[in-house]
Amino acid sequence: MNAATIFGLVASALVGVGLYGLVANPQPLRKILAFNVIGSGVFLLFGAIARRGAALGLGGDPVPQALLITGIVVAFSATALAVTVLLRLYEETGRTTLSSDAAPPPPRPEPPPQPDRIGA
Amino acid sequence: MPDAALLTTPGGLLLPLSVLVPFAGVLAGFALGGRNAQRVATVTIVAGIGLALAIAAATLRSGGELVYLLGGWTPPLGIALRADGPSVVMIVAVAVVIGGIGLYARGDFGTPAGVREARAPFVYWLLLLAVWGSLNLVFTSGDLFTLYVALELLTFAGVPLVCLDGKGETLRSALRYLLYALAGSVLYLLGAVLLYGECGTLDIALLAQRVQPGPVTWTAAALMTTGLLAKTALFPLHLWLPPAHAGAPPAASAVLSALVVKGSFFIVVRLWFDAMPGLPGFTAAQLLAGLGAAAILVGNVVALRQERLKLLIAYSTLAQIGYLFMMFPLAFDAATGAFAHGDALAGGMLQAVSHATAKAAMFMAAGLIYTTLGHDRIAELAGAARLVPLSVLAFALGGLALTGAVPSGAYLAKKLLLGAADGTGQWWWALVLQTGGLFTTGYVLLVLAHAFRSPAAAIAPRARVRRLQEAAALALALCSLLLALAATEAGPLPGELLGNPLSAKELPWLLLTVAGGAALALALGRRLPDFAAGAALAAIGSPIRRATVALGGLFERGDALLRRWHVAGVSLLALALLFGAAMRAG
Repeated sequence: MNAATIFGLVASALVGVGLYGLVANPQPLRKILAFNVIGSGVFLLFGAIARRGAALGLGGDPVPQALLITGIVVAFSATALAVTVLLRLYEETGRTTLSSDAAPPPPRPEPPPQPDRIGA
Repeated sequence: MPDAALLTTPGGLLLPLSVLVPFAGVLAGFALGGRNAQRVATVTIVAGIGLALAIAAATLRSGGELVYLLGGWTPPLGIALRADGPSVVMIVAVAVVIGGIGLYARGDFGTPAGVREARAPFVYWLLLLAVWGSLNLVFTSGDLFTLYVALELLTFAGVPLVCLDGKGETLRSALRYLLYALAGSVLYLLGAVLLYGECGTLDIALLAQRVQPGPVTWTAAALMTTGLLAKTALFPLHLWLPPAHAGAPPAASAVLSALVVKGSFFIVVRLWFDAMPGLPGFTAAQLLAGLGAAAILVGNVVALRQERLKLLIAYSTLAQIGYLFMMFPLAFDAATGAFAHGDALAGGMLQAVSHATAKAAMFMAAGLIYTTLGHDRIAELAGAARLVPLSVLAFALGGLALTGAVPSGAYLAKKLLLGAADGTGQWWWALVLQTGGLFTTGYVLLVLAHAFRSPAAAIAPRARVRRLQEAAALALALCSLLLALAATEAGPLPGELLGNPLSAKELPWLLLTVAGGAALALALGRRLPDFAAGAALAAIGSPIRRATVALGGLFERGDALLRRWHVAGVSLLALALLFGAAMRAG
């Protein structure tokens, strides 16, 4: 088993874990993280493929490396956009859930008029 | 020796320009800010339409495809932009639709007087240009990785359009859309990576020569196809589409429904017809068209059950997306075992253009009706035909174009697809194509029946609509309705495909479609207008109607179930597996 194979297997595991999280976890933030885990798996796989495709005495095939830098930039922008929308959603509704048919939003945690506990 | 597909052709420079000009507009509009964004957008739209026409002219002159090599590097190291027949058709169609939407949006997203900058108009104009640039990149990209970047750009430009009003519910829809689209795009990227590992290139022309059937390429093709279907909102991967349209402004809905979903659809076409025509095979094409048929059935039935006009049009989009995928099995050439450019592909692209123009017109018309009445509840549309006759006319003409009336683009598309179904002996798809039009007629008739009633009490219009907006909607509807004439008179298709609508051969079909559509509307429509004759009919048909309404309710519940995140996520993965298995079966 050479290094490229090990990296490939780890990449597959990351993709699997990420896909599970994306489908099964109800929290949008966790879904965004799961998307990034899948992304890491895909990029790792691409790296392993670049290593496998090394020819002419180079350390690796340069094309996948160029592509995966672009891919990382795209994934980063996607994450930034998703987090921004999620933050706005929290500001507007006080909740971070994707389903609209769930229970009505609980009241925002406003600081209630506190009786002076120390004195009581 | 590089072959012809790997050299820059005369006029090739137009391709990067068609991508650069809209994005230059985005940057200039962003930098100048305020009401300048709209001015920049206007100038850019005019320039972009000019470029689209120039690309069409250059392609006709050269008789082949336009190619531009970025930096003069040849693939597989360099990146090529290419424009062939389908991409030129889409570039021109998108330019026309953007022009129409741009005119319409001047009314809805003009910066109000006395304000230096309003958030929604500022963002809208920039996003409109960004969608356009991304789409042009989708149509001209010559390699699968550039297509990935274009696809992501398209999503990033499309998502904020959903939540322009910044309210909680629309933000939630936008987030659902974004997350699901990201799941789709990461599957696409995974497929592309696997493909690179197998073939050593992502250039479409080179892939066509190098792809060999095998476990890796099957997996790659299945993952990429499924990812793209999630972005196209093909049934059952449509969880984001209806809520996205529920809260988006009409000018944004028109962009999303008419244009954004066409981008990922076009990449599926590129993948199956150009990058790996010999790979997916007959079974996978049957699966794809089967999903399309399910989309037609569910989308149309649920459309008839909607309370709001805007959601009715959104569900009609779901059904129309299904039509787009009917061409795949019909374009499969059993002799070579590959997907061939031909009549079926021409029909599919015509359908895409026809839907883009008609659906944009229908969303705009719905927006104008909303502006006038202050709501878009179908049951309370009475009086709309009197208050905004041109808008109702635009809706009717757009609907008529979608039903496949002569000489609409949908008519010609149906004719080409039926011919291909005949030629390949796949009568079951001919059946779906024929019956699909009935439903479309059904909901158009349902809406018109409400809109043409006179109201119980006189209604005062909430706001006056601008003539320019009505003209834009009407013009796009007419584009769709007259598309077949354009395709046969000015385009490459033979004129004898066009029949006289009143001839002995066509008239019975026309009458049958109208009667069938009316029957479907009576059976499944949520709220029927109370005509005098309708009451008598209702008395006779009430047991039947109770049964059909229950059936309709079942479809609605099924649709709601499929749109849950868990179910849609599992569907995504299951479809990827199914496509892999289907491709293996050949």
